[in-house]
Amino acid sequence: MWKTIVRRVLIMIPQLFILSLLIFLLAKQMPGDPFTGLITPETDPNVIEELRVKSGFYDPWYVQYYNWISNAAQGDFGQSYTFKKPVADIIGDRAMNTLLLSLLSVVLLYVLAIPLGVLAGRYHDSLLDKSIVLYSFISYAIPAFVLYLIFVFVFGYRLMWFPTSGTVDIGVDPGTWSYYWSKFYHLLLPAASYALLATTGVIQYLRSEIIDAKTMDYVKTARSKGIPMKKVYSRHIFRNSLLPIAAFLGFTITGLLGGSIFIETVFAYPGMGKLFVESILSRDYSVITSLVMLYGFLALLGSLLSDIILSIVDPRIRID
Amino acid sequence: MENKNEQTVEKLESQSSPPTGIQVIWREFKKDKLAMFSLIGSILLMIAIMFMAFFTIDQTEVMKIQLLERFTEPGVRGYLLGADEAGRDMFGQLIIGAKNSIIIAVAITIIANIVGIALGIIMGYYGGFIDNFFMRIIDFFITLPTTMIIIVVVTIIPSYGIIDLILIIAAFQWMSTARLVRSKALSEARRDYISASKTMGTSDFAIMFKGLLPNLSSLLIVEVTLSFAGNVGIETGLAFLGFGLPPSTPSLGTLVGYAMNPIILSSKWWVWLPASILILVLMLGINYVGQALRRSADAKQRLG
Repeated sequence: MWKTIVRRVLIMIPQLFILSLLIFLLAKQMPGDPFTGLITPETDPNVIEELRVKSGFYDPWYVQYYNWISNAAQGDFGQSYTFKKPVADIIGDRAMNTLLLSLLSVVLLYVLAIPLGVLAGRYHDSLLDKSIVLYSFISYAIPAFVLYLIFVFVFGYRLMWFPTSGTVDIGVDPGTWSYYWSKFYHLLLPAASYALLATTGVIQYLRSEIIDAKTMDYVKTARSKGIPMKKVYSRHIFRNSLLPIAAFLGFTITGLLGGSIFIETVFAYPGMGKLFVESILSRDYSVITSLVMLYGFLALLGSLLSDIILSIVDPRIRID
Repeated sequence: MENKNEQTVEKLESQSSPPTGIQVIWREFKKDKLAMFSLIGSILLMIAIMFMAFFTIDQTEVMKIQLLERFTEPGVRGYLLGADEAGRDMFGQLIIGAKNSIIIAVAITIIANIVGIALGIIMGYYGGFIDNFFMRIIDFFITLPTTMIIIVVVTIIPSYGIIDLILIIAAFQWMSTARLVRSKALSEARRDYISASKTMGTSDFAIMFKGLLPNLSSLLIVEVTLSFAGNVGIETGLAFLGFGLPPSTPSLGTLVGYAMNPIILSSKWWVWLPASILILVLMLGINYVGQALRRSADAKQRLG
């Protein structure tokens, strides 16, 4: 198993290298350069030109790439010209918000999906099972942004149960109890919307796993020893089916990253996904490249995590 | 007398021979009323949209800005679904947007599936180095945040139209098809009929596309249907964020995107809600057809 993990980690290095090269070359194709934003009628074109020469704008691309990647490795992702601050600072602020949203989303997702999956599997083919399967089908088929929007419309504007933007109410003091409550309250609707739509994988997996487990020998043995069905479920089937669910965490991370663009845009939540859309619109290249790099890295990490958990938990999947 | 005997023999034979793909699919849809309804409903809906978009609606007329008609409510002065901020008829925009979204999704599906299926079959048939090489590339691209990369690519291209958008999205959509087809082709390519073909000296190309391909057809129909639904989602999602077609050519996603303006979202529901509902209906319908097809492709899950 250690061999698998080490090999997967080693594979990640060339993957990251290719990703960074890809992003760098894409960024080079973008019109303009970081100094275009500084140009105002008053600036002297020669000063800008000097800045360009100094920053290595005219160096060959591999020199630029080397400078960029070695700076990035040391945590220096350059300056954002819309915010006039180091990129790392800007992303740092937003990353905290996205992290909070992701955490609550994942918790709600599992709180919702695990009972539903278990119930569907346990009462297989009943009306309950059929409704759960129908729900998981609908949540799979619906495009996320449409449902998010309808949620904001219904719960935010019509019923006015939830705030429709931001992370915290205006006028609450940081550090107070009402501040944290307001933060949590702002997170609730987006996180619940995400969780509602992302349950399909976990529900389907648990359901089929439990249906399979019913016919397994270990369940028959437990039953023949006179253990009540309730206990067989809680002690044997549930425990065996639940472990592989942990591996979904990796996929969930990848899904959350891709989804954060939509969720944060619709709920006007200032996280990394919204920052990405804003930077694209304002052509803030250093922020864009850093964000894509970061998301790519996290996605690779997520798939690595899934593989590792799976190889620990499920001996059938263990390679080598 | 003899003739009658022959007929019964023929009848018996047809009963004992397994039903062909189309018959199985037909049986599945007859058994599942909702799937039948989805199939007929989605096809009729798409035909109706295409018919209206090409024959009854004048795009230049619809897209003309009429500020006096700003935010006309539905049903007033002949505006079936009201008008938007610039006084443009929402019903016309809905039909044109739906037409654009469907055409783009169909084109992406065709291109991405041709590439994915061809590559998948080649990988599965040859195995070995070719397979390993492409699998590494596919694994890599599948983990990437493709939505972001598509957005970056779209912003790089100075002026782009429908065709560029189709090619950009398709470039990121062939991988999962290729991976799926490859895994089926790998096991299929080790069957006896393929070896027999090889010993007879049939060319690799003929074996792959005349021998292997038809035997994967049931799987491919499912894959194409579901990827079509997925592509409608991707195109409308990008357009929603503002990275789809240019604003002059509406897509369903662009119309939903108007709701990013809080005033429109909260009080001008006719601008964004019809497009949202149309996307929901299309996606549910196509996905449901895909699920029914998947059941008919897998003997264990069949209802009929």
